[in-house]
Amino acid sequence: MTHIISVQNLRKTYGKTIAVDDISFEVSQGEIFGFLGPNGAGKTTTVECLQALRNPDSGKISVIGLDPSHQAQELRRRIGSQLQESALPDRIKVWEALDLFASVTDKISDWHSLLEQWGIAEKRRSSFAALSGGQKQRLFIALSLVNSPEVVFLDEMTTGLDPAARRVAWDLIRAVRDRGTTVVLVTHFMDEAENLCDRVAIVDKGKIVASGSPRGLIAAYATDIRVLFSTDKPDLAFLEKVSGVKNITRRGDRVEVEGSGPLLALVAAVLVEHGIVPSDLRVEQPSLEDVFLKVTGRAVVD
Amino acid sequence: MRMLTKLTWVEMKLFIREPMVVVFTLALPIIFLFVMGGVFGNTPNPEVYRGVGAMNYYMPSYYGLIMMAIGTVALPLHLAGYRERGILRRFRASSFSIWTVLGSQLLVSAVIAIVGSLLVTIFGFVTYHPDLPENIPQLIGAFFLGVACFTAFGFFLGAVLPSTRAAQGIGLILFFVMMILGGAGPPPEVMSGIMGYIGDATPLRYVILTLQNAWLPGPDFGWHTSASLVTAGITVVSALLAARFFRWE
Repeated sequence: MTHIISVQNLRKTYGKTIAVDDISFEVSQGEIFGFLGPNGAGKTTTVECLQALRNPDSGKISVIGLDPSHQAQELRRRIGSQLQESALPDRIKVWEALDLFASVTDKISDWHSLLEQWGIAEKRRSSFAALSGGQKQRLFIALSLVNSPEVVFLDEMTTGLDPAARRVAWDLIRAVRDRGTTVVLVTHFMDEAENLCDRVAIVDKGKIVASGSPRGLIAAYATDIRVLFSTDKPDLAFLEKVSGVKNITRRGDRVEVEGSGPLLALVAAVLVEHGIVPSDLRVEQPSLEDVFLKVTGRAVVD
Repeated sequence: MRMLTKLTWVEMKLFIREPMVVVFTLALPIIFLFVMGGVFGNTPNPEVYRGVGAMNYYMPSYYGLIMMAIGTVALPLHLAGYRERGILRRFRASSFSIWTVLGSQLLVSAVIAIVGSLLVTIFGFVTYHPDLPENIPQLIGAFFLGVACFTAFGFFLGAVLPSTRAAQGIGLILFFVMMILGGAGPPPEVMSGIMGYIGDATPLRYVILTLQNAWLPGPDFGWHTSASLVTAGITVVSALLAARFFRWE
């Protein structure tokens, strides 16, 4: 696989604040690559350097073979950008915006089908100001795709979307990837990164603290699974002897068994053996959330 | 080129959809025309209005007034608002260049100035019968010099004024000061002392002198070399400052 984006030792400071602190990474053609991290971690600044919207203090960047600091216009024409903070004129109509932004490329742009896909076709004659937050967001995603970009950058693309619309957005972005466009996603939503990304870089305080596929990261950093159930039996010491169990916590009737291996089956077996048959027995697989906790030592807070 | 054409067309439509700006640039000059024409008519008085009839004086002045409204109110407000709200940022990320963005504004400004001036011309000739312009090629030259001057001036204000509020406040002050003291209000002859100096310091004075001299007949008029040079100078300086201070965000 060829690298469509490569970044070496990227650094960007604002006054005394170090926003991006020596970040290096590569993105392969045709993958969905995610930057995951809390607000203020430096994700947006990093991506803005790649989009030629900010000049880095130092470091080497190559996006589709172009250098953002010297070939900014050509780069911007060939990539797509959905920005976190931007707007359109209040009185511009949805169709006018798509038609206008389609003019940046010589390719024939099928913005009518983008309107359909992103569910704003019936709003085509509405002015920008009359759109809801979610509709504006979907319009901006559509605008980022209107020039058939080689790489599309999506910065917190599902902010403002309801849960159903988020799922639809994920499916649409997968379809964009399947058609060959490389997707760079910035998000602070763990589930979004886990569901959508082929590879994830976890960013904290301006540095990449871990990267890999979501499955790989979980396998490397968060192997423990949790088995949860409720019981009013006081003595559960027999659980400690089950192979793979590392930790048992109890809050009232709620019991949480942490460990590795085929934990659910083994715990279930000994529970039945001891006459405990909880109706709410379930297992929690480790997630990116646990990885994040492990590598940064704290949870993501919105 | 395609981006410039598309953006210009969209901006043209956006202008028409913005009532406040339409009133300022297109309706206000016509209202002044009716009031001033009703009060002063077109009988020459050697004491005032450069010795010509009031309507002969005001017709070219109102061309200048329209250009000035674009340069002090419409453009700065538009550009500062675009920057403040992140619209310029959105344009930039999609490879719209500064030349496309400002080029479209220049074209829209020229169209508004032409439409506004045609309206003034039609209403003026129908109601108060001023004399026909003496030298039409010169008038056209003066017209586009004035448009260039106030568009560049508007770009400069739009580049340096930090917010919509600032653009609104400072733009309106400049509009009224220029309108009253710069030659589109009371005749310059009645303004003495400090008022005269301020009037002489406004770009509108020179744009209007250039326009009037092309319009008015007789040996006292003719191409106003010094005023047109001052206008050109203001255009160049404003454009350079605008390019120097232009910010996308």
